[in-house]
Amino acid sequence: MELLDLLLEPWRSGLERRALIEVVLLGLACGPLGFWVITYGLSYPAESLGHGLLPGLVIAALAGAPLLLGAAGGVAVGAAAVALAAHDERIGPDTATAVVVTGLFGAGTLIALSPDAPARLEELLFGDPLGVSDADLVAAAALATLGTLALAALHRPLCAVALDGPGATALGVAPARVRAGLLALLAAALAVAVQGLGSLLVLALIVGPALAVRRHARAPTRAMLAGGAVAALAGVAGLYASHHLGSAAGASVALTLCVAALAGAALPVRRAAAARARPGGG
Amino acid sequence: MSPATGVAARGLALGYGGEPVLEEVDFSAGAGTTVSVLGPNGGGKTTLFKGLLGELAPVRGTAATAGRPAYVAQTDRTRLDFPVTALDVALMGSLARGRWWLPPRRSDRALAREALERVGLADEAFTRFGQLSGGQRQRTLIARALVQDAAVLLLDEPLAGVDPASADRIEAVFAELRAEGRTLLVSTHDVESAARHDLVLCLNRRQVAFGPPAEVLVRQTLEATYGSEIVVIDDGTGSVRAIAVGHHAH
Repeated sequence: MELLDLLLEPWRSGLERRALIEVVLLGLACGPLGFWVITYGLSYPAESLGHGLLPGLVIAALAGAPLLLGAAGGVAVGAAAVALAAHDERIGPDTATAVVVTGLFGAGTLIALSPDAPARLEELLFGDPLGVSDADLVAAAALATLGTLALAALHRPLCAVALDGPGATALGVAPARVRAGLLALLAAALAVAVQGLGSLLVLALIVGPALAVRRHARAPTRAMLAGGAVAALAGVAGLYASHHLGSAAGASVALTLCVAALAGAALPVRRAAAARARPGGG
Repeated sequence: MSPATGVAARGLALGYGGEPVLEEVDFSAGAGTTVSVLGPNGGGKTTLFKGLLGELAPVRGTAATAGRPAYVAQTDRTRLDFPVTALDVALMGSLARGRWWLPPRRSDRALAREALERVGLADEAFTRFGQLSGGQRQRTLIARALVQDAAVLLLDEPLAGVDPASADRIEAVFAELRAEGRTLLVSTHDVESAARHDLVLCLNRRQVAFGPPAEVLVRQTLEATYGSEIVVIDDGTGSVRAIAVGHHAH
């Protein structure tokens, strides 16, 4: 019974119960998406958009508007600025993204640190799963549901473009549209998940679980399911750690996600798939 | 304009925004014809395929095919670490029939298995694409084109770097597709394999020649096509052998 108490004890508080629901929902939404973010090489854009949405968050916080609205606006402005800057061929897309995102991040910090601003910068940067509102939970549930439906609908085009872009084009699938659809999902996930993990740590939720499972999964669907499970479990483990160690909840969740990614990268890959498919075990 | 059968290009010029990189392309190939597209690196083979696939709009002239063509890429341009099986790849061919947001139908699965059987890979259906040999991967991509069921197939150097067993199987499938009335455009660097097709199209930034192998694969045309990249050996019997030099296979 002692173990059961230890396991259930954190969730007796309403705040921590909500945090639990938030990280599980976000994990179920972001874990599967992360597989595609990594497959399409979008980790850097994901990190950039996560940081670049800070001014939107800060302005919403100052105006007393819903943070989700600010995050959505911030993502839209950040994505547009990155797209515009990346058009300048003299600079190149990576450098352009770096400059634009650092500029946006600096602007967000500047606004937040202006004298009469409320002192919420820390929460916006590092997140606070313990401070999520009902609206945040509804947004996370909507993201988990609609995001899963969207990934299910996009599954075949995503696979075809990932394997062979020109071949997919010949099949009537437009790679640019598939990438745009994936980016839209990523933007929605960032806008919602940033409420729980903040502008600086949100990337861990998207990339960490996908990295943990990618080498081990034998099919995209399995990688997505495993990514969702790892994200949710690592999130819960992070909240346990935060409760028992008294550490910051958002940072604890981000760290457990990164530990999961490292563990997944270090684990040897089972070769059973190849052996099963090739009689004689070749 | 879309021909009822086969492929047709009229005064076609293609480019990537600036000057055309391929021009004066004028040829047609009917149903049940195989065309070898011969030329050096940068000669315009891939550009022509992009034009026929509709990825590049003509700068001048027209390009038309009977329906949407299937495209078989070189396997080293595909992503080998992506975790899909040979059957998954063959099934992708069914995307050409629309309904991309729904899972494949049972009938599509049956078609994909049948296509893998045709290319001799029934036993490898559940092997990961990246774990297949180069020749097996090429055959898997051909199976995807079979599932697509296109009247016109564009194949980008399908025999490059392929083991002899796979090459034989691929050539046998080509013969079957030709007998079914499909049109095949096969790009290659290999003059000898070009001679086995019904027609040969030579490209070097423009159309150098087009016609049956016996007319096209002669010293003058090959030298105009390849320039200094080729040595043509005339054996005195009327046929020529050509050896590519300074070419980097890929």
